[in-house]
Amino acid sequence: MWKLLQIELFKIFKRPRTYIAFGAIAAVVFLIQIALKFDGKSYIDLLLSNLKDSFDFNDDFKLDLLNGYLICFVILNTLLIQMPLLVALISGDSIAGEANMGTLRLSLTKPISRTQYMLVKFLASVIYTVALLVWMAILALFGSMLIFGTNDMVVLRSEGIEQIKSFDVMWRYFAAFGYAAVALTTVSALSFLLSVFAENSIGPIIATMSIVIVFTILSEMNIPIYDQTVKPYLFTSHMVAWKGFFYVKADAEGTTINGSIENLPAIMRSLSILLIYIGLFFGSAVWVFRKKDILT
Amino acid sequence: MASVIEVKGLNKEFRDIKAVSNLSFSVPAGQVYGFLGQNGAGKSTTIRMLLTLIKPTSGSIEIFGMDLQKHRKEILRKTGAIIERPDLYKYLTALENLRIFGTMSGVKIPEKKLRDQLAMVGLADRANSKVKTYSQGMKQRLGIATALVHDPELIILDEPTNGLDPQGIADIRNLILHLKKDLGKTLVVSSHLLSEVELIADSMIIIDKGRKLVEGKVNDLFDPSEIVVEVKTINNETAYEKLKTSRLSQFVLSKRNDAVLLKLHREQVPAVMKEMVQMDIGILSFHSKHSLEDYFLSLTTANPHVEAAAN
Repeated sequence: MWKLLQIELFKIFKRPRTYIAFGAIAAVVFLIQIALKFDGKSYIDLLLSNLKDSFDFNDDFKLDLLNGYLICFVILNTLLIQMPLLVALISGDSIAGEANMGTLRLSLTKPISRTQYMLVKFLASVIYTVALLVWMAILALFGSMLIFGTNDMVVLRSEGIEQIKSFDVMWRYFAAFGYAAVALTTVSALSFLLSVFAENSIGPIIATMSIVIVFTILSEMNIPIYDQTVKPYLFTSHMVAWKGFFYVKADAEGTTINGSIENLPAIMRSLSILLIYIGLFFGSAVWVFRKKDILT
Repeated sequence: MASVIEVKGLNKEFRDIKAVSNLSFSVPAGQVYGFLGQNGAGKSTTIRMLLTLIKPTSGSIEIFGMDLQKHRKEILRKTGAIIERPDLYKYLTALENLRIFGTMSGVKIPEKKLRDQLAMVGLADRANSKVKTYSQGMKQRLGIATALVHDPELIILDEPTNGLDPQGIADIRNLILHLKKDLGKTLVVSSHLLSEVELIADSMIIIDKGRKLVEGKVNDLFDPSEIVVEVKTINNETAYEKLKTSRLSQFVLSKRNDAVLLKLHREQVPAVMKEMVQMDIGILSFHSKHSLEDYFLSLTTANPHVEAAAN
């Protein structure tokens, strides 16, 4: 099994297209970091514009806000929406790409069960997804910490602002990246399932993105009838729950409580739903693939 | 001689299409077994069933005396195959491809053996070149190397000479004969190029529309002293009927739209020709042939292109 996984990873990381995603992430992160380095104050002014009537922010405070932790939060908010496409590029290709190249039939004449083959393929896709997130963490979190330094992190919410102490931030990022890995694995599993039905990778990639876009629109729409009937069951509604790790509890005086999470059960519920989706997508993919006649 | 493959009552249906129908055959050990049929006859479907790529609708397949469904891994460990085209990872080198498929076969293969394998198919000096730079013939030879990398006892080659030039075809033919004679392998070689199979196969099966037409040793099925004569007449239908009811009926093999086929010994030809002229059946041409291909054509449905041209 380990040998087969090594082969899959070798194949993935030998293909030039694999590095498109890493390059795209690096480009976006650097562009955001450069922009904020040279014009960060304007961005903070824009960010605080809704609150300037209620609070008086001096320039020193604004500069303190512009630290590595906030920059990473901004980058995550921007990039995690786009990352499903980058994930689908690989997982949508995993079976359909092999069928298209004609290597699927040769691989399946080897003494490997189809379930084992699918498991290895999916694991390789998950490792690729995690590698993308690690790359993003290195650039967005550690890169921003290096460029902008660290300080208390401020999170803007509709009801006001929260200040998280500097020492209380890092574990939240680890949790958020971990959650993002599960969220993106859900997209990967969907793309993987669609890949079983196709004979070239374009179809599954486009289909995955179409589903993610439609579901995201439904998740974001403010139509009351959908709130209880549709939204709770869409995986896209639960993909953004990583933000919950940055929403903290406050005491009676309104001071944030270190190490707290405002609504951990909600995050865990969303996590469970994503895991169920992963199981459902992957299980269906294996079930279909085991029965499939290989005609390509 | 013990059979390596034993197929009984094999059927495969794709919705309304019956691709393989009640097919039974056995492949003797240590031989080259020709699997013949026109395009669409059901060869590839059958081969894919032998390799578990397609599930049979019904019937049984035993390989090395074991049931294929129950002992799939064990059987595939001892089997090597290329199916139709030798598609490999074009962005990887020949050596990398060979290492990947060797590992997938469940055998740890040392670097030297991989290089030896490439040398055997004449690719030693291109071991580190990416496959996308290979010619069709080189890809085909690399495909065969991947089929052989784990030293299988049974080798299944589906249309191994497809797209090759005459030199490439000769190379593959020599390789097949080397595998049989020097290494004692059992080979199943499917092809629609019958002249090729004639040169390498010990036994063969001819299938058409998913059904077996004949099976046996090539020498038994095809007597070199016999020839097939293609007689074109003004009216082939009438000529066929007249011949069937005459003293020559024993020589009548079959009727195609464009000709009547007779099968007879070489020395009988002048007398039969003379008698046919006397019967006044309007002979346009009298063409004798001598190859497995003619035998094959006489058995299988006539090529529609030939029919169209004749009409």
